Amino acid sequence: MPERSSWQPSAPLDNLRHRAYLLAHIRRFFSEREVLEVDVPALSRRATSDPHIDSISARCSGETAYLATSPEFGLKRLLAAGFGDCYYLGKAFRNGEAGSRHNPEFTMLEWYRLGWDDHRLMIEVGELLSHLLKISRVCSYSYRALFLQELGLDPHRASLQELKDCGARELELSFEPADRDECLDLLMSHHVEPRLGERDAITLVYDFPASQAALARVEEDEQGVPVARRFEAYAGGMELANGYWELIDAPEQLRRFEADHQYREDNGKSVYPFEERLVQALEHGMPSCAGVAMGIDRVVMLACGAERIDEVIAFPIDRA
Amino acid sequence: MASYSTNEFKGGLKVMLDGDPCSIVENEFVKPGKGQAFNRVKLRNLKTGRVWERTFRSGESLESADVMDRDMEYLYNDGEFFHFMEPETFEQHQADAAAVGDAAKWLKEQDTCVVTLYNGAPLAVTPPNHVILEITDTDPGVRGDTAQGGTKPATLITGAVVKVPLFLEIGETIKVDTRTGEYLGRAKED
Repeated sequence: MPERSSWQPSAPLDNLRHRAYLLAHIRRFFSEREVLEVDVPALSRRATSDPHIDSISARCSGETAYLATSPEFGLKRLLAAGFGDCYYLGKAFRNGEAGSRHNPEFTMLEWYRLGWDDHRLMIEVGELLSHLLKISRVCSYSYRALFLQELGLDPHRASLQELKDCGARELELSFEPADRDECLDLLMSHHVEPRLGERDAITLVYDFPASQAALARVEEDEQGVPVARRFEAYAGGMELANGYWELIDAPEQLRRFEADHQYREDNGKSVYPFEERLVQALEHGMPSCAGVAMGIDRVVMLACGAERIDEVIAFPIDRA
Repeated sequence: MASYSTNEFKGGLKVMLDGDPCSIVENEFVKPGKGQAFNRVKLRNLKTGRVWERTFRSGESLESADVMDRDMEYLYNDGEFFHFMEPETFEQHQADAAAVGDAAKWLKEQDTCVVTLYNGAPLAVTPPNHVILEITDTDPGVRGDTAQGGTKPATLITGAVVKVPLFLEIGETIKVDTRTGEYLGRAKED
């Protein structure tokens, strides 16, 4: 990065112009497919329940409110109300996430397709990314196939000890991983992810471990192992999108919120009020659908050949 | 002792890792969208010069290392220790061969070096980027050959051996870049 005065944007203006072109392109893509843009609150009384995402809190009219970590809850309430296919393209906020690929305030695209499952939506994610990045090759692998290929390990069947041994062999860690998911997150983010997209392709990974289902359905795969019907998209060694065949079962949703809540409490993390109105919406009935969220700043990075997120955001957090 | 959390890690910060003082080279925040946050850190071990890569859980912290760089004048070598002096306080420090390392072959008395102190004792010595040293041994000079660009080895007064142009003679003083060991030119008489 060349040194610039702090009033100036950190991003080259040409990157910001390309960003504008890509945003227009995204809106046209959905307009042609009759998926409608909607706005949902960026400021809410309820926060994320995700065990590993922290909300930013604010004071609003004497009450604590939270900046949305994603538009998911608002969009799902609209779906339950009968709105139909829709997308949000705007800001999301995550506390403490800053680095070469993270800014605490970032641009997220999230969309939902009624009647689709994860595999149908993966095709559309591949189409949109191909358009935006001008990469025509799209490959998809199951999470298991990728671990077998890159590490010779079945992520669903390997014992905790085997996962720990693999981590110790491949990585230099300052700590002993606590559980399966920490081992898998480490191996995925340090070893597998950097290799995805080196071959100039968009890579879709599906069938995540059931313990990492978040808000996706869990179903048995062809080997009879319960897996999360969740997928991620990668390009250039970077995670770009995360999608689900959405959970629509209200009691299961409530159970997951409570489990996440408990996890946060047990691990000394801030505990937020969870979105019980999502549970109510599911009780009312949400149509079967698939949804996906995409990090647009990273898409712009790849399209511009930028190495760091501050090359595509005019005023990242240290200048904001 | 102060400690630093992963979100305070930045290039040049001095921390303790596995009992050794280290300087942070690079700190990368790694977080799968739905997974746990880690920091992938590159650190240079200041004792060995080796660069380590290490992954921390975000929020972990390391103790700060009591490491500081000081400009000091090189005084002399007593056969076992190299002696340095702080120009302001005249305080003297002795460094062993392990701390001085490769810098030894560039050290000329009265030159100013950077001495890295760890818990008050010399840990490493960085010579000036440019030093002026006398040639004590080399093959006889070849007159009139200045244009051809050939080189020959020359031993300098500090023991370093550098490649110099063919025309240089024993007793001449030359300027050398200590980072590359490259001959820069004849030293000007002053």
